[in-house]
Amino acid sequence: MSEISEEQVAHLANLARIALTPEEISSLTTELDQIVDSIAKVQEVATPDVPATSHPVPLSNVFRPDVVGETLTIEQALQNAPEQADNRFKVSAILGEEQ
Amino acid sequence: MAKDALMDYDKALELFEPVLGFEVHVELNTKTKMFSAAPNEFGSAPNTNVSPVCLGLPGSLPVVNEQAVRYAISLGLALGCSIAPSSRFARKNYFYPDLAKNYQISQYDEPIAFDGSVDVEMPDGRIVPISIERAHMEEDAGKLTHVGGSTGRIQGAEYSLVDYNRAGVPLVEIVTNIIYGAEADAPELAKAYVATIRDIVTSLGISDAKMERGNLRCDANISLRPRTAEGEPPAPLGTRTETKNVNSLRSVERAIRYEIQRQAAILADGGTITQETRHWHEDTGRTSAGRPKSDADDYRYFPEPDLLPVEPSLELIEELRSALPEPPAARRRRLKAEWGFTDLEFQDVVNGGLLVEITETVAAGASPAAARKWWTGEISRIANVQGAEASALVSPQNVAALAALVDAGTLTDKLARQVLEGVIAGEGTPQDVVDARGLAVVSDDGALIAAIDDALASQPDVLAKIRDGKVQAAGAVIGAVMKAMKGQADAARVRELVLERAQS
Amino acid sequence: MTDIIRMTAADLSTHLQSGEISAVDATQAHLDRIEAVDTDVHAFLAVSSDALDTARRIDERRAAGEKLGPLAGIPLAVKDVLVTTDMPSTSGSKILEGYMSPFDATVVRLSREAGLIPIGKTNMDEFAMGSSTEHSAYGPTRNPWDLDRIPGGSGGGSAAAVAAFEAPLALGSDTGGSIRQPAHVTGTVGVKPTYGAVSRYGAIALASSLDQVGPVTRTVLDAGLLHDVIAQHDPHDSTSLTDTWPSMAEAARSGARGDGLAGLKVGVVRELSGDGFQAGVQSRFEETVALLTAQGAEVIEVSAPHFEYAVAAYYLILPAEASSNLAKFDSVRFGMRVQPDGGGTVEQVMAATREAGFGPEVKRRIILGTYALSAGYYDAYYGSAQKVRTLIQRDFTAAFEQVDVLVTPSAPTTAFKFGEKLADPMAMYLNDITTIPANLAGIPGISVPIGLAPEDGLPVGIQVMAPQREDARLYRVGAAIEALLEQQWGHTLISKAPALGGK
Repeated sequence: MSEISEEQVAHLANLARIALTPEEISSLTTELDQIVDSIAKVQEVATPDVPATSHPVPLSNVFRPDVVGETLTIEQALQNAPEQADNRFKVSAILGEEQ
Repeated sequence: MAKDALMDYDKALELFEPVLGFEVHVELNTKTKMFSAAPNEFGSAPNTNVSPVCLGLPGSLPVVNEQAVRYAISLGLALGCSIAPSSRFARKNYFYPDLAKNYQISQYDEPIAFDGSVDVEMPDGRIVPISIERAHMEEDAGKLTHVGGSTGRIQGAEYSLVDYNRAGVPLVEIVTNIIYGAEADAPELAKAYVATIRDIVTSLGISDAKMERGNLRCDANISLRPRTAEGEPPAPLGTRTETKNVNSLRSVERAIRYEIQRQAAILADGGTITQETRHWHEDTGRTSAGRPKSDADDYRYFPEPDLLPVEPSLELIEELRSALPEPPAARRRRLKAEWGFTDLEFQDVVNGGLLVEITETVAAGASPAAARKWWTGEISRIANVQGAEASALVSPQNVAALAALVDAGTLTDKLARQVLEGVIAGEGTPQDVVDARGLAVVSDDGALIAAIDDALASQPDVLAKIRDGKVQAAGAVIGAVMKAMKGQADAARVRELVLERAQS
Repeated sequence: MTDIIRMTAADLSTHLQSGEISAVDATQAHLDRIEAVDTDVHAFLAVSSDALDTARRIDERRAAGEKLGPLAGIPLAVKDVLVTTDMPSTSGSKILEGYMSPFDATVVRLSREAGLIPIGKTNMDEFAMGSSTEHSAYGPTRNPWDLDRIPGGSGGGSAAAVAAFEAPLALGSDTGGSIRQPAHVTGTVGVKPTYGAVSRYGAIALASSLDQVGPVTRTVLDAGLLHDVIAQHDPHDSTSLTDTWPSMAEAARSGARGDGLAGLKVGVVRELSGDGFQAGVQSRFEETVALLTAQGAEVIEVSAPHFEYAVAAYYLILPAEASSNLAKFDSVRFGMRVQPDGGGTVEQVMAATREAGFGPEVKRRIILGTYALSAGYYDAYYGSAQKVRTLIQRDFTAAFEQVDVLVTPSAPTTAFKFGEKLADPMAMYLNDITTIPANLAGIPGISVPIGLAPEDGLPVGIQVMAPQREDARLYRVGAAIEALLEQQWGHTLISKAPALGGK
């Protein structure tokens, strides 16, 4: 069963923002195909009557009071920044749109 | 930017039916952010209101702000929504440098509030119910500044700078169901809808709701569908665009009108509408294309594993429901009666989106008549000239202070208008402007009498006429005195004094 | 007196409290040991330059009469997945090389407050993805029992550090077995607590709903002592439990005295033994079960029919959550930045950075996770995996209605050789078959050494699992097994580990 194509892996790499090389795309396509083959078996028992579990220990309503706590100093905030200017994080030009 | 072809508005409406939908983002005015204890504060120095959570630092984890949840429930109730017995946060995954974790914590298929309806009052007083699909909680993104290039816009910028102060500010996104039947009133309805949401969140006290600061943002979805002949099935829905960056009530109206005209011209010309984001430009009054929306948008939503379900108790919901302020339509009826405005006067206020401003101005001590006069008069005039929102120009407190100065006789109307200009120009409170510009009415009778005596002495013929009982002759003296006082005198008082001195 | 480095933390604590040994002595001894053997073992990515100063301050406080906790003055190795303010935190990845956190992970803060002395950061598979440390961007850690073999993963560094006497105590993190499987292959003790018992704040997230921090030690009692320090409610972690816990150290002491084995119902999971398990692993496991029976425990075979789907569900949930958790490594706020040739947009810079900064296993799992969550596949993959999670929880619930604890071999095989499973990711994934179910269900598990496999002379561990919040049971049963075996052998297992380097 070959389900995953190189185009699909290239698309996933774009969604995940990883500039994979053509060689990586090719080998990942093969590997993913094998992995997906063996993990697709979850569908065998995942019937509609079974609820999904997203937290292993069920809790709810965990909140924080609306009280101001500690913040980072500007030095701490920027200490690991690859590039900065005017106390802000500097990035290359964005060709796209403002969200 | 090439100019879009626009179809005449009436012609567009003849050919097409506008179909609308709105997503309004409301920034909550909690003390701290949605998922961290960093302050939620506007206008701080860049990257000073940040915690490890706001920067998405390795190892940081979100914790939900209880107050934000209460506010979201209150808003949901005010919108007539059902509150979900269990709702969850989900991650919306996409890469963008203003999004610290490269996913936004939002809600997806389990929003906190759903299935509501809100009554919107149109300029002519008609009530239009707008159906609300959902209201959900999420976090705001940081702020990008584009540097280089000529426009300060993203196009042509050399690099961008990111400030994460706004990252994580709590938002409630209100999504309407599809709105049919607005017809030619679509732009007015859009404006009235956003004004209604603004009134609701303001009366709840959960948001500063200043559109110019982005506290309240409206994304407007618009599509056109061709009209079909009577008896024929309706045409399928047209391709929609989503207009963003609409930062005032006025631009909501303008942007919708523009999109209707733009889309109509394309469709009539045999073209197709691209499904895309459009950016509204206040300065040019146009929209421009943003990123195309397509099926390639794949946000890979999944339940946020770092957070747990929100399950408000019925007691909490009822507590919040009982604390709701009256609905805007009822409130308007009450205010109109309390303020004693005529239908016309009140409609003026509503259409100007000035209910909140006048309420707050009255609360700050002004008479309803004075508050209305200033807001619908001079302030709205200046706002129009400047293309700005009236509420952005001056605070209700300052308007009330201005009215008080007039009432006290410190300022004449004419002087008060000059003081208002000063306040708008950022010179401080009305009293600051009065002091700095020396604009107060000369109420010192001594100074007035000296000026009057001078004037009378230099115009003996006038003095004689007044003494003969020709009181109207006093006008010439009053004019001379006002001139000497540089207009800063109360003309009625001057008149009194002139007549008094003439007889002495 | 025994050599300082060979003491258990409990013994060292006694000597520190009596003043026979100072914290500076203890710290220096371990720093010397690291110096002597870590070139071979490569358990550490960073060694603290503050450790001796910190030790000196502990000694001063003790001298001033301050009442200090039982672990005050004892060196602690910290897995590099936990952020620290005094040493870089890389999570084994190039993309975070040199990263300095402005805050300490909660477990690190609690350890410092208890007077423990963080001595270094330990090696791991990149972002905790792996079972061998071969996926560390900084080179593998070697198993102290055989330097040609893997020390397990992802927490191979922490396990090897305690096995090689470079530290008496270490912190690890366990997403699918990263504490228990390394304990198994290095002859040490590792505990994955109940999900939520220990704060995840400051643990660089792999899969948020599976990750749990826990102790890595040479004895069950030492693990209990460290567990007592780190299992505290933390308001910074929404999933942190508010329970008040019994002392795990006390539970271990009571277990070592032999309390509680008589009448204990022990479940052997039918699906986690036999086929696919190395003969020596299986035989040591069966001997241990027989030993428990001899002590009056009632051994019952239980079935967990959905465990066969556990690995599949795990390799959907983990990559999905990881693909999102690792999105923050984008070159904007911290970490590596790579400019593509001839510059580029921020999007291209991000993609080039992530291409250069992530290793092959990380990329593989990010792509897999992106696939599992993407439109049109969510229900079939991620959604189905979450349902399997429910089924596995139900299997555990049914089993724990019959028994007090479940036991399995901690892993199917002893330590394999470097490179043996690198080319076959699925074979590597199947190595976690015994440990994964506990993570999916949020229950606690411990691995305790039970001897050497006759065929290769390498360590074997037994895994004990208990219901959620019953962590103390693990310590009672684990310490009982440990005491019985050591009594039988007349020595500890770790004392048979080969001498290394200098000594």
